[in-house]
Amino acid sequence: MIAETTHGSLTFCSIEPDSGLGSALERPPADALGRIEASGLRGRGGAGFPTSLKWELAIKSPGEYKYVICNADEGEPGTFKDRVILSDFADLVFEGMTIGAFVIGAKHGIVYLRGEYAYLRSHLENVLRRRRAQNLLGKNIHGLEGFDFDVEIRMGAGAYVCGEETALIESLEGQRGEPRNRPPFPIDTGYLGNPTIVNNVETFAWVVCILAKGAKWFNSIGTKKSTGLKLFSVSGDCSQPGVYEFPMGITVAELLKEVGGEGAKAVQVGGAAGQCVPAAQFERTIAYEDVPTGGSVIVFGPGRDMLRVAENFLEFFADESCGQCTPCREGTPKLIEGVKMLQQGRCSMQYLHELCSLGETMQAASKCGLGQMAPNAFLSIVEHFQDEILGRIGR
Amino acid sequence: MLVTEQERLRDDLVKMTDRFGRDRSALMPILQELMRTRYHISEYSMQVIADLLDIHPVEVSSVVSFYSFLEDKQRGQFVIRLCRTIACDMSGEGNVARQLVNDLGIEFGGTTPDGKFTLGWANCLGMCDQGPAMLVNEKIYTQVTPEKVHSILEECRSTFGVHATVDKERC
Amino acid sequence: MSDELLPHGHPTRAPASQRGRTAEVLEHAKALGKQIEVTIDGRAITVPLGTTILESAQQLGIRIPTLCYHQDLCLAGVCRICVVEVEGQRALQASCSYPITAPIHVKTHTPAVRKARRHILDLMLANHYGECYTCNRNGNCELQSLAEEYGVDYFRFGRMEKPRYEIDLSSHALVRDMNKCVLCRRCVRTCIDLQEVGVLEAIDRGNRIKIATFGDKPLSDVVCINCGQCINRCPTGALRANDNTDEVWQAIDDPTKHVVIQTAPSPRAGIGECFGLPPGQPMTFRMNTALRYCGFDKVFDTNFAADLTIIEEGTELLLRLKAAMANDECRMMNDESALQHPERSQSQSIHNSSFINHNFPVPLPQFTSCSPGWVKFAEHFYPEYLDHVSTCKSPQQMFGALLKTFYAEKTGVNPRDIVTVALMPCSAKKFECNRPEMCASGYKDIDYGLTTRELAKMIREVGVDLPNMPKSDFDDPFGTATGSGVIFGVTGGVMESAIRTVFELVTGKKVENLFDHAEVVPVRGFEGIRYAELPIVEVGPVPAIISHLFKDWNWLKGATLKVAVAHGTANAKRVMEDIKAGGKFSECHFIEFMACPGGCLGGGGQPIPTSPEIRAARAKAIYDEDRSYTIRKSHENPALLQVYADFLTDGPCGHRSHKLLHTHYTPRGKYIA
Repeated sequence: MIAETTHGSLTFCSIEPDSGLGSALERPPADALGRIEASGLRGRGGAGFPTSLKWELAIKSPGEYKYVICNADEGEPGTFKDRVILSDFADLVFEGMTIGAFVIGAKHGIVYLRGEYAYLRSHLENVLRRRRAQNLLGKNIHGLEGFDFDVEIRMGAGAYVCGEETALIESLEGQRGEPRNRPPFPIDTGYLGNPTIVNNVETFAWVVCILAKGAKWFNSIGTKKSTGLKLFSVSGDCSQPGVYEFPMGITVAELLKEVGGEGAKAVQVGGAAGQCVPAAQFERTIAYEDVPTGGSVIVFGPGRDMLRVAENFLEFFADESCGQCTPCREGTPKLIEGVKMLQQGRCSMQYLHELCSLGETMQAASKCGLGQMAPNAFLSIVEHFQDEILGRIGR
Repeated sequence: MLVTEQERLRDDLVKMTDRFGRDRSALMPILQELMRTRYHISEYSMQVIADLLDIHPVEVSSVVSFYSFLEDKQRGQFVIRLCRTIACDMSGEGNVARQLVNDLGIEFGGTTPDGKFTLGWANCLGMCDQGPAMLVNEKIYTQVTPEKVHSILEECRSTFGVHATVDKERC
Repeated sequence: MSDELLPHGHPTRAPASQRGRTAEVLEHAKALGKQIEVTIDGRAITVPLGTTILESAQQLGIRIPTLCYHQDLCLAGVCRICVVEVEGQRALQASCSYPITAPIHVKTHTPAVRKARRHILDLMLANHYGECYTCNRNGNCELQSLAEEYGVDYFRFGRMEKPRYEIDLSSHALVRDMNKCVLCRRCVRTCIDLQEVGVLEAIDRGNRIKIATFGDKPLSDVVCINCGQCINRCPTGALRANDNTDEVWQAIDDPTKHVVIQTAPSPRAGIGECFGLPPGQPMTFRMNTALRYCGFDKVFDTNFAADLTIIEEGTELLLRLKAAMANDECRMMNDESALQHPERSQSQSIHNSSFINHNFPVPLPQFTSCSPGWVKFAEHFYPEYLDHVSTCKSPQQMFGALLKTFYAEKTGVNPRDIVTVALMPCSAKKFECNRPEMCASGYKDIDYGLTTRELAKMIREVGVDLPNMPKSDFDDPFGTATGSGVIFGVTGGVMESAIRTVFELVTGKKVENLFDHAEVVPVRGFEGIRYAELPIVEVGPVPAIISHLFKDWNWLKGATLKVAVAHGTANAKRVMEDIKAGGKFSECHFIEFMACPGGCLGGGGQPIPTSPEIRAARAKAIYDEDRSYTIRKSHENPALLQVYADFLTDGPCGHRSHKLLHTHYTPRGKYIA
């Protein structure tokens, strides 16, 4: 059984079936693209790349076969909104993918579903089957001559790094999930060498909402650089954990109030790859230009040991690193050693500085986002909680 | 392994390539199907797959070793994966882990002598608001407590053959 | 990203190690011929679109350190030592794999870049177990040089206290010590992409990752062909050849032993590099003196055996052709269709015949057998084609068999006391001499195989500065061989030598009349696969040496000999797959296969590093040496003719030759139990 975690009334509940796709198909693809551009929608997976720009590049990239890939490899610690979307609003996701296919001219769609969510597969297959029966997938969709598109579901197999789009494509191609050199980007050289757009589950859902309710509606919410609404997965020390819909640009303090997390000493925004915001900075906004997030919010109450938090995140990265590039593969274990030294109270300030400097190198020189983000939590915890972590009496 | 068993395995793999294709992109679906039906990917099957897809066996084993849901060693009928990521860690995963070790009589990474259970860790299962979470084959359990562990294990023990929640339509 | 950077061609099977698509795209972009300006450290240069930052910097003479990058291999971009700052980009970029598609500004040594490189080195060193003093790559290690270059003076992040992996000593040819591995994956890309053998791959992930064989089995139990190309590309001492110098020294120091060494052509063209000379300086006759200085009792020229190989293998080829022809004639007589086309005379059918008759299979094309890497490759991957492989032993083994029989007889030394050493550019030769069947003389034909690198070490150990040694000749009774033997060292060389001899034997005309300076240009070059058709316009009398086997050559008159050359097992695989599919190579009569890119001169026992330029320089040295010889055709080697007259009296492919100079192969297959 999938627990109902949806909190309040989400925009997704109010979208009429097929309203986004229907609206898109009324006019040429460029029109739908224009509306998405006007909405200012940015990737909801966390990186925040403008969706319309990605699609536009894929349109320009010539190729007979183009692919629409839905990144459902939600693995970021503290993130579970995609699971909820897939359970409760799968139609929106497939509809969004179909719009994407219409815009870029793709015939093939793939949902890369993480292995941990295998229990969602039969539900998704059922939805796909129904959509095919409704002529919302397959040949001449909606009666539009020549608009063919179908979606297949492919499973991940327990590798967080496959959430990185090029690693995801490698995995689909039957390879180790090791991120590629970029450039070339997937929009040029994606799945099987073809132009490919890879978007997050939530992004596709919002595309439908934007086409159904209008770019203006979306654009009027949030901040200038981070428009619209966003789903948040809230967990940790708060009274009402779950999935929430908030406008972009919400402050950490406002968010905590909504979820019953007042009195927290810190909040991890953006999962293990994100940053740790201390109480003193709770007025910061959650937006691409300030504290970016893919939707994960983990609340730490006053009693939590932040060193343990850093250790847990680093162990996660050490296990999930693809092991390809030196900074990430070798750097993360060094940071873990550092945390252990801090726990035992035998880390000099000089060595701690050395480790922080190493963390900066990892951020700068790692091959992919995973390696670049791996030291984030460690660095922000060292920055904000020095009193707590230094000079411990060893266990 | 008996020769006949090897032959049967080869036949199965040929059928899988008929279904998923012989491009390298068929590799993951084949490996996943093999995991589902035989609980592990043997060295012999890796070599057959390599042959069928025209790749090197070492490439297959490399892929198998990369993904934590693909295993080259025989594992139990029920694979228990306890989430150890931060939110579950904060909600008492440690106690559940201890109880699992006690009730199963094996450490993490081990398989019970009767071949029923394999115990392992998972990274974030996406149930952070309902931790501690635990995946048994494809079934998810949330808000697991040490005392619930026993009943979950009993539920598994009383299930004949493949887990009830495994999607039968894909067989 | 420019629109021009498109995928092209059909997506091929790309191995996991392969980020080849980047390389493909780069090639494609370059092919478009567009130019773009890039500024590196304030200096502007115009380069073809898609050129990498590294390549552009090299053109400007700006050095960017590299480790996982190798000229021969597809791009990986994993070590990150070559990172640079690209203006406007948040993260540093790996210059080796960053194609320039916009007019970017690059800085190669900003504080962030230097810090990152230093950190990356520190991390590698923290994970690298082993002392430089005891490492066979001491002084020729890329990690060591980088540590020096970046002033590493302490282990900032600690170091390995004890080894994590057992050293794999199972193979006669190679030793793997993963404790020294820095995970650059050059060996993986060599084995899977360059050679397509597929022994090594990355196993597991995160910091548990390691390079391993299938099932982590010892090298001796997997499909390793011992080519040693991975050794030549390993930046550290993680991969090395199985060193036999101790055993050789022991034999030399034992007064009861008569230690003889034969030297192959390629080591002579390469060994100068071990003594600081630029590539392509032939050291043949200086090395002879140095070898005697080391204490070898006799120094022989492997090329003598190469000439012998040509006679034996050439005769074998002619015998196969003759047999195929006989089948053809037989078929013609039984073929009713021939009666319906009386205009197709029998002689015409011979002329048009491809010699290959599928009804009466005589294994054609014949494959060369000189390269032990190729032989093992065929045994693993094409066991059904082993009867195509010439039964001739390789020159090394032929020589060994003669040394312990003919030479022992002639000199009166008990073969038991003869220690035969072979200096080879090759790691697979170490495996070959340990094949159980290689003891036709009743003794192990070749006791030890030495690589070029090992000999350089021995020469240094006795305090000899090779480039300043006086020259001296090879020892009798084998003397100095012919130019044909010399060119065995370069891809196409065996074919060229065979053509020189076969054409003269068959046509009775000087091969110089057919090819300028007897240089068979169509089979030369570094193209991976080469194909040539050589018409036999007229035939001469059968020379005495093989007159017992052939009455006349009339059956060859007007025929066209089709030959091919492939070097590197990836190319060999292409050819074999074509043969399997009945393509044009299945119509060939003779195909030369060499396991190593460039042929023996690029062998796994040659000096490190290797690159296309280095291999080209060595090839030039070899061709120059060929040209400097007065006798350039195997069948004109006087010492060789003497051996046939005195010892191999029943002639080429005769009974004695079969016993001593020919061998058989073992179908190994690729499945591992």
